[in-house]
Amino acid sequence: MIRRLSQCIREYKLSSILTPLFVSLEVVMEVLIPYYMGRLLDYGVTVGDMQSIFKTGGLLVVFCVLSLTFGVLSGKNAATASAGFARNVRHDMFHNVQAFSFSNIDRFSVASLVTRLTTDVTNLQNAYQMIIRIAVRSPLMLIFSLIMAFRVNHRLSLIFLCVLPFLAAGLAFIVSHAHPIFERVFRTYDVLNRVVSENLHGIRVVKAFVREAHEKEKFNTVSESIFRDFVSAEKLLALNAPLMQFSSYATMLLLSWFGAHLIVQSGNVPEAGMTTGSLVSLIAYSMQILGTLMMLSMIFVMLTMSKASAQRICEVLEEDSDLHNPARPVFAVKDGSVSFDGVSFSYAGDAENPCLRDATFTIESGQTVGILGATGAGKSTLVQLIPRLYDATAGTVCVGGVNVRDYDLDTLRSAVAMVLQKNVLFSGTIKENLRWGNEEATDEELVEACRLAQADEFIRTFPDGYDTHIEQGGTNVSGGQKQRLCIARALLKKPKILILDDSTSAVDTKTDALIRRAFRQAIPDTTRIIIAQRVSSVEHADKILVLEDGRIDAIGTHEELLETCEIYKEVYASQTKGGAR
Amino acid sequence: MAEGETRRMPPPRGQNFRGVPKQKVKKGTVTRLLRAITQGNWLRLMVVAVCIIVTAAASVAASLFLKTLINDYILPLVKQQTADYRPLFWALCKMAAIYLAGVAAVYLQNRTMAVVAQGVLKKIRNEMFAHMQTLPIKYFDTHTHGDVMSHYTNDADTLRQMISQTVPQTLSSFVTVVAVFVSMVATSWHLTIFVVLFIAFMFFVTGKVAGQSGKYFVKQQSALGDVNGYIEEMMNGQKVVKVFCREDRVKEAFDKKNDALCENTTQANRFANNLGPINNNLGHLQYVLVAILGGLMATRGIGGLNLGAVAAFMQLSRSFVMPINQFSQQLNAVVMALAGAERIFDLMDAAPESDDGYVTLVNAKTENGALTETDEHTGHWAWKHPHGDGTVTYTPLMGEVRLFDVDFAYVEGKTVLHDISLYAEPGQKVAFVGATGAGKTTITNLINRFYDIADGKIRYDGININKIKKNDLRRSLGIVLQDVNLFTGTVKENIRYGNLDATDEQIIDAAKKANAHGFISRLPQGYDTMLTSNGANLSQGQRQLISIARAAVADPPVMILDEATSSIDTRTEALVQKGMDALMKGRTVFVIAHRLSTVQNADVIMVLDHGRIIERGTHDQLIAQGGTYAKLYQGAFELE
Repeated sequence: MIRRLSQCIREYKLSSILTPLFVSLEVVMEVLIPYYMGRLLDYGVTVGDMQSIFKTGGLLVVFCVLSLTFGVLSGKNAATASAGFARNVRHDMFHNVQAFSFSNIDRFSVASLVTRLTTDVTNLQNAYQMIIRIAVRSPLMLIFSLIMAFRVNHRLSLIFLCVLPFLAAGLAFIVSHAHPIFERVFRTYDVLNRVVSENLHGIRVVKAFVREAHEKEKFNTVSESIFRDFVSAEKLLALNAPLMQFSSYATMLLLSWFGAHLIVQSGNVPEAGMTTGSLVSLIAYSMQILGTLMMLSMIFVMLTMSKASAQRICEVLEEDSDLHNPARPVFAVKDGSVSFDGVSFSYAGDAENPCLRDATFTIESGQTVGILGATGAGKSTLVQLIPRLYDATAGTVCVGGVNVRDYDLDTLRSAVAMVLQKNVLFSGTIKENLRWGNEEATDEELVEACRLAQADEFIRTFPDGYDTHIEQGGTNVSGGQKQRLCIARALLKKPKILILDDSTSAVDTKTDALIRRAFRQAIPDTTRIIIAQRVSSVEHADKILVLEDGRIDAIGTHEELLETCEIYKEVYASQTKGGAR
Repeated sequence: MAEGETRRMPPPRGQNFRGVPKQKVKKGTVTRLLRAITQGNWLRLMVVAVCIIVTAAASVAASLFLKTLINDYILPLVKQQTADYRPLFWALCKMAAIYLAGVAAVYLQNRTMAVVAQGVLKKIRNEMFAHMQTLPIKYFDTHTHGDVMSHYTNDADTLRQMISQTVPQTLSSFVTVVAVFVSMVATSWHLTIFVVLFIAFMFFVTGKVAGQSGKYFVKQQSALGDVNGYIEEMMNGQKVVKVFCREDRVKEAFDKKNDALCENTTQANRFANNLGPINNNLGHLQYVLVAILGGLMATRGIGGLNLGAVAAFMQLSRSFVMPINQFSQQLNAVVMALAGAERIFDLMDAAPESDDGYVTLVNAKTENGALTETDEHTGHWAWKHPHGDGTVTYTPLMGEVRLFDVDFAYVEGKTVLHDISLYAEPGQKVAFVGATGAGKTTITNLINRFYDIADGKIRYDGININKIKKNDLRRSLGIVLQDVNLFTGTVKENIRYGNLDATDEQIIDAAKKANAHGFISRLPQGYDTMLTSNGANLSQGQRQLISIARAAVADPPVMILDEATSSIDTRTEALVQKGMDALMKGRTVFVIAHRLSTVQNADVIMVLDHGRIIERGTHDQLIAQGGTYAKLYQGAFELE
């Protein structure tokens, strides 16, 4: 995990190294300062030597300026390094997601990808900055302070060696016991969020069934368990500060007692050993030493918390696309013919439940093919194999007489336009959205495509026409309008094969018929594959595939199927009896 | 991936998912928050206050002790011929006792504060949720789920930080500052003046740097919002990106936004990172200057200072600067938390659904030919109608609904329903047909009072629905919606949602009636199968069947079916339809449908257009009329 993440440092390696370097120098200064403070007292104030006071004082001011400079430099480098690191992590993740195949995307939900790319990265960025700044600073401070303390008086400094392990053990005990409780709290928080989220989504159900009291009870139970866990964790953490204070007060008392003895022995003469100035320095060091330990335990807690984020980021970074370009790809699609030979498919992790079994059929270039079947019959699965959005588990899929696995992916997908069932428009103008199909398309071409898709008419009713701004997700156009815009966008690719996956479900039958007529007249050579719920959408097709539970139940024309296919007859009957819709 | 994962890690403080934190805090938020904290916690807070004073006193005593130690014990000891350590020993013991009291006080304070903070949060959380349950549907229409959710996550989190950390820290800082200040003045008022001046200078510098940093933080927030928004949009449309081979273009656009974010983050953090070293070193500088100044004064004998006093004063000045620095670094957290508290209070202040109803639904039985109230579950219900003169009348629950010239607007001035009048006799099936936005769902929303209209225009069993208690009104109405909402829990629990008192037999009966028993029995654990994330492990048709069973177990006299089958394919629909037909028997039913096949056998079909009923009649009558319905039926008209 750490290795993969450290690959994201790249051009920020220098800053990442300079930061701890400057931090170390800053620490050196901060350790020297109390030492000279002692000297200032001993050699200056005590003996009333003003020259010495100014000399040592001047030196101290220089140290302060240096310390400040190093501090500012380390802060600047830390900011550069951590922001840059986050940038690279985000960049790598986003680029890797772009390389994902559909099955990779299915493995992560959209919501989880968004969290990983946003909140988790920010967590990691903060953790990184903390590592290169404070995680270096604290142990260094500890070591340097100890060294200095020993230099001031090695016998008294032995006190630190007694107190430190005691404090460290105490802190370790608290952290190790509090951490599991916090983990539990986070899980309970998930439950709380779930209850709120389900309540929000189902608020009409809650109100319609008058279940407000029931929901409150559900919420209060979770809320109560968070309260209990949090309090028990925080009661443990409440030991932190007293433990710290106890250690530092104990150290002070011990230093005072033994220090007094040593001072008396030396007669408070610097040359003879211990002085009051040394005692002041030692007490200052004791604060620093114990403080750093406290910091270390805090850093430890925060790092373990961001570990989860790091893990989730790595999952995205290390996810390999399971679709690859072949070694010697084919860069041209000859025509729009399609053939399936014994094709089966099952989604990853669900091998026992194939969504498509042993499909064999051929579509000639320029034909119109309808696909009919119940939800979950495998219609979408079948067509998604054509532009190789997924790889078939068994059998071969050929486009233009060539196995789809042999094509360059971009070449294949440019030749096969697909209007997905769950389609998306992006924020931007209608024009910008349409140009997703073809960036170089002229305005005339855009209008032409929209005419075919029966979208031109309604676009012209908008005050801004083709420059109308589409909200994220296309929420400001109706379902039927969105579908027609998506069809126009796909048409602009001038594909050899056009696949409509239930893309006219929200369009009325008349417009639906107009779209089909426009296709027949304007793009007769393009193979059209249409998935539909309505028999009327497919009855004039050259060929209709009827799917049932992942199998092709029947293939034939409308008339043939009415004769031979029970399912088709049933669907046709249910739709005509109940009107054309 | 589980839905809960989305919010696992609370976003770092100061960085909302999108946008810039609101900086202005409404008046009254602070007092209200304080009231929320103090309410019911007076005793605990008194304990905390005492503890804080003890702690601060101990820490001041610690800084002052150095002076006493050196001047009153060590220096005399040095001068003694044979050192007598006994006075020193007793002095140390005395200090140890004070320190121990301090340590104990800190522990007690932290423990108590944990209970206070978590208790306050629990209270706020529960109140917030309880209040949310009383809000009208309109509130949920006008606030996104994400925004409401963030009150429970981000806002509550900043509040937790503030109550459990900032508040006690600020209090103890304040006490320490006051105590240290008094001691400093007592030690040397000359040096105190110097320290105060120096701190004013420090504030000035800190303010400058923090201002720079804040400017970039605002930029960073908007850049972050930009990047996160782009990520959200692209992740949602990832499959479309792939289908159109737009990966490279998308990467390019992302990199540009990402670089801008990196730039602003670097700047913002650079200034923020400077704050620590600047404050620290100014602290050091102050320390040095005090030493020089103090040294000069001690050697020259100005102000009656001696070596011990200077040493002590230096300790004191550090204890004085540290809490002030800490507090100034906490200021941002306070502002953030107050903004969060304000948003939470906004939710709590949102006007709840008004309910002036006084007619209630009671179990009833017929005794000597008269309807009377009973506690038994008789299966018969009656409206209990108390009158102004103290008498009470009982009207049997029949399920007759009448609307008289109903007009309605969600937003004032934009009327969506005009002159709607209709009569539904008990047991009748009334169907609404029309384009999206024609007002079909609005009518049903008025019947169950998700939205309120002017008095007296809707009558239920002859009673003005505004006089009926909302909960009782809704209990008498069953509802099945297009978007099925199931809750995490077993299948059984989900069906029982319709009637919490239902026995297992009743649940199975309801499932059988809804045609759901078959598939439920085939699930791995049957009725005890856990459903997660809105029943993701079931097909859409199966989920709808469970929601129908849920309505069936409630056994209401009136049912509203709002596009219950429109997202199901026609063959699955046939299955669901059977369940619905069984459910509709003997009830007044309002059906909203996109597919005309579902409404053909209705007793009356209303065709709605732009909020008006333009045609009404049975299927055959409407076909004969040759109007909009007939055109729709022949597929020559657009429904959107």
